[in-house]
Amino acid sequence: MAAKATRVAFGEALARLGGENPRIVVLDADLSKSTMSDYFASKYPERFFDMGIAEGNMVGTGAGMALAGMIPFICSFSCFVTGRFEQIRMSIGYSRANVKIVGTHSGIGIGPDGYSQMAIEDIALMRSLPNMVVIQPADGVETERAVEYIVRHNGPVFLRLTRQGVEDINPPDYQFRFGEGVILRPGKNVTLMATGGVIGNTLKAAAILAGKGVDAQVVNIHTLKPIDRKLIAQIGRSHGRIVTVEDHGITGGLGSAVSEVVAELGRGRVKRVAVEDYGESGDAEGLYRKYGLSEENIAARALELLQD
Amino acid sequence: MDISELKAIAKELRVDIIRMLTAAGSGHPGGSLSCIDIIVTLFFNKMRHKPEDPNWSGRDRFVLSKGHCVPALYAALAKAGYFPREELLTLRKLNSRLQGHPDRNRLPYLEASTGSLGQGLSIALGMALAGKTMKASYRVYCMISDGECQAGQVWEAAMAAPKYKLDNLCVLLDYNKIQLSGAVDNIMSLEPLLEKWRAFNWNTMEIDGHDFKAIIRSLDDAEKVKGKPTLILCHTTKGKGVSFMEGKWEWHGKAPNRDEGERAVQEILARP
Repeated sequence: MAAKATRVAFGEALARLGGENPRIVVLDADLSKSTMSDYFASKYPERFFDMGIAEGNMVGTGAGMALAGMIPFICSFSCFVTGRFEQIRMSIGYSRANVKIVGTHSGIGIGPDGYSQMAIEDIALMRSLPNMVVIQPADGVETERAVEYIVRHNGPVFLRLTRQGVEDINPPDYQFRFGEGVILRPGKNVTLMATGGVIGNTLKAAAILAGKGVDAQVVNIHTLKPIDRKLIAQIGRSHGRIVTVEDHGITGGLGSAVSEVVAELGRGRVKRVAVEDYGESGDAEGLYRKYGLSEENIAARALELLQD
Repeated sequence: MDISELKAIAKELRVDIIRMLTAAGSGHPGGSLSCIDIIVTLFFNKMRHKPEDPNWSGRDRFVLSKGHCVPALYAALAKAGYFPREELLTLRKLNSRLQGHPDRNRLPYLEASTGSLGQGLSIALGMALAGKTMKASYRVYCMISDGECQAGQVWEAAMAAPKYKLDNLCVLLDYNKIQLSGAVDNIMSLEPLLEKWRAFNWNTMEIDGHDFKAIIRSLDDAEKVKGKPTLILCHTTKGKGVSFMEGKWEWHGKAPNRDEGERAVQEILARP
């Protein structure tokens, strides 16, 4: 099992797709060597634009290029690009500009850089815009397939990527199905629904639960918006117990998206495992332990839900 | 189109602006009247565009970054034949395509949805950059306000355009020197303004924004400049054409009532 960061898989996919589609242009804000848009830049320098540390202008420039018929990918650390929310809501969202917003270094999993570089509000922000699609792939192959999909999708998309390596959880011949959760492990007592880089820990939590006689289903939610209502309804009709797991703040992310559907359906219960404070510096594993994203805590929360 | 024709159109559109705003009961007359002569020159003298084929890919683009002054743009689009003039009176009403600030999805003849000040220049820059990348020959015109230059994003864009040698981008700065709550100089002075743009490596010009000859000449000159974007600093009068509005910040964002509207129209029509 290789451990590739989804930003690396993104950079490789984009550099490949750039050869197939001349409408793809890439903008970055002085972070191309970290977002991995650099791979595209070295192959297609005439379609790569470094906008400097000026993300607000990058958002607008991307919108203008999209309105002129190109397919711009605008890349930065997720906190910096989604932090330009007002520009995104007007120039991309409301304008229905076909811009692909790529936010890397999401979550507290980035580790030592600390909170200022950690995006843990980005899903909440992007999910609030009516026409914004939000995708967070879980591994390299899913990232690659997702990027291919995003090029075809006509409209604004937010792609959330990790800095750190993530284990492969999907087979090499994986097919990306937009808007559909992926059942990684069958189970009948409780569903652990996770997104992005924490899926590894979620699978480990399922193993812990199995040791305690609990049969946990594990679902990968790569499309956070639109959320897979059908799958959530199915779970509601069966055992109805869902634990959401995400490296994002507790407000507005996966846990909120799932809770909204469960509340509307009136069936099922949700426990949210997410970050409940600002992050801090440290190693990723230590941070995940401290902020409740460890396999032990995920399993403990699932047991609570079963005992309630 | 010659200058006497442009003048006649500007007069007609000033009346349209007042009538629209009076009917709407809200909106921004001051800045609409200050920029209308420039917009008229662009749409009826300078820009290559086809009202009968609005999506023509070779069209020159106009981005109104100071989106609150969209009545001036609606009036010009209607006059050019993009949509019926009667529709102007739906401005700001429920279900109207003529939103209070430009919405290109409701009214597709608009190039950009704007109204949050500071953002339009970046969009225009993106269109110009796309034009260069695709080797298209269209030009992009962007109108910004003076108060808008207080927004940092304007200067982010100002830095980026010369880097990419966007000589297909021409910015018209409507320097009417008044913003919502007072004189620009008092709220947050921009001076020395022309020097700022020059320091950002733009080709700069300074004109009277109500002098059609000067507007035409500066737009023609801008087109000849190679390797640099152009900024034309247009000195204008807020509320130009209606004496009780001229130079008054109170008329930045207030619509005339029926009586005021009628007085304004009579005055516009009576002026030479």
